[in-house]
Amino acid sequence: MSFLEVTQWLLEGFSTTLLLFAFTLILSLPLGLVLMFGTTTKFWPVKILTRAFVYIIRGTPLMLQLMVVYYIPGIVFHYSVLKWPIFGGNVPLAQFCCALFTFVMNYACYFSEIYRGGIQSIPKGQYEAGQVLGMTKSQVFFKVILLQVVKNILAPVSNETITLVKDTALANIIAVTEIIFFAERALNLHNIIWPMFYTGVFYLGFNALLTFIFNRLERKLSYIRS
Amino acid sequence: MAILEVKNIHKSFGKEQVLKGIDLSLEKGEVLAIIGSSGSGKTTLLRCINFLERADKGEICVNSQVIFDAQREKKYTEAEIRRSRLNFGLVFQQFNLFPQYTVHRNLTLAAEMLEAKGLKGEDKKRVLSEIASRADKLLEQVGLSEKKGAYPVELSGGQQQRVAIARALMLSPQILCFDEPTSALDPELTGEVLRVIENLRGDDRTMIVVTHEMEFARKVATRVIFMADGVIEEEGDPEEVFTNPKSEKLRSFLSSSLEKF
Ligand SMILES: Nc1ncnc2c1ncn2[C@@H]1O[C@H](COP(=O)(O)OP(=O)(O)O)[C@@H](O)[C@H]1O
Ligand SMILES: [Mg+2]
Repeated sequence: MSFLEVTQWLLEGFSTTLLLFAFTLILSLPLGLVLMFGTTTKFWPVKILTRAFVYIIRGTPLMLQLMVVYYIPGIVFHYSVLKWPIFGGNVPLAQFCCALFTFVMNYACYFSEIYRGGIQSIPKGQYEAGQVLGMTKSQVFFKVILLQVVKNILAPVSNETITLVKDTALANIIAVTEIIFFAERALNLHNIIWPMFYTGVFYLGFNALLTFIFNRLERKLSYIRS
Repeated sequence: MAILEVKNIHKSFGKEQVLKGIDLSLEKGEVLAIIGSSGSGKTTLLRCINFLERADKGEICVNSQVIFDAQREKKYTEAEIRRSRLNFGLVFQQFNLFPQYTVHRNLTLAAEMLEAKGLKGEDKKRVLSEIASRADKLLEQVGLSEKKGAYPVELSGGQQQRVAIARALMLSPQILCFDEPTSALDPELTGEVLRVIENLRGDDRTMIVVTHEMEFARKVATRVIFMADGVIEEEGDPEEVFTNPKSEKLRSFLSSSLEKF
């Protein structure tokens, strides 16, 4: 295989990687907020359930979670995910959705903990200063607290985001055709190992871009210091 | 006529009774200094007056109107509490400026939300510019005009506290409360803050100042209250309280604070 052919394969795989990355991020960032409300609510049944969920997801390997989501319906209910009508017999789509679902759940849990930490790190005095100036609770949250939270969580969120780029490779084990999948195919069909190393260039390049964006955001908010 | 009456305020946290029946009354223009050892309930009293805590028992009246009665059947709504709060301003020990806003914006933020709400076009413009110039005047008054574009973190502690005082004045509260305004400051910075507070007295402002600065209390206050274990142990005019303390507790408090400062 020529360099160009391999590049084409890997690009095809990397587009799937990027799709998985982007959808996971878009869905898990807000879902993390919902989970955070769950883990901090005073309504104890919800609190216990969401905390248990977050604890389990954060305490087990993502790879295991992928396998559970992918295989358990078939093993326990004899109704393989691949045969679910919503996927209309489209096997790659079913596999992609399994991976996406797992990633969204997993990352939402991590984000919920980051949000929780970010909100708890705001001193009580900030709320009180707003209140004694006659602000409503929502004014205090949106005008005083929110931006400070965003600034506080930016670094951990950027860390998670960069980890996510690399974690997408795990989807390979349920046959999602991400970039490593194609490098493996090249190895198996043409007996060449170098495409495997070549994939690293894609990851590095994309992470360089993300790092650049996050650094700019961080610099933009650097004027906020308490 | 009293501008503020606090009647029989009680407050407990769990089993710990922190305020055990506080009564006080203030005339317009009075400057009340509250002294007392740490843990005697001074902060809790200010927080009850500013509704950051709800008193378990007692009443708070402003201009003879009951604005809080712990006995009332109906729970106070957020909006009621918010309206009552506007009678008071509170300056915190830790300043609590908003770090993401400039000094000027720290002053205008709350005023804009209160006064420009629902306004449009020319009306809004006029109100906003009135608020901005009010902020300018107050910054001038606390001697920080040239810092209006700075962020809080760029200021010294003393400057931050002066901004916090200006911010509290923006809404023209009838009664301005200070909770140990200089306790978080290096000794060389306390003077500038105390001078600002002292100068406010001239504007016929009613103030309550919790302080450990005995010199200041003696010089600026029109009346002094000594709190101990959740009650007012002794009160009177400054000369009387400082030169002729009646209770043993006040005597030992004064002699120990002389040693420290
Ligand atoms: N939110 C709270 N929860 C529990 N205890 C509190 C709380 N606030 C104050 N206290 C207790 O109330 C007592 C009086 O505190 P405070 O009013 O801060 O005293 P001071 O300002 O005179 O030093 C202290 O023993 C303190 O531990
Ligand atoms: Mg205190």
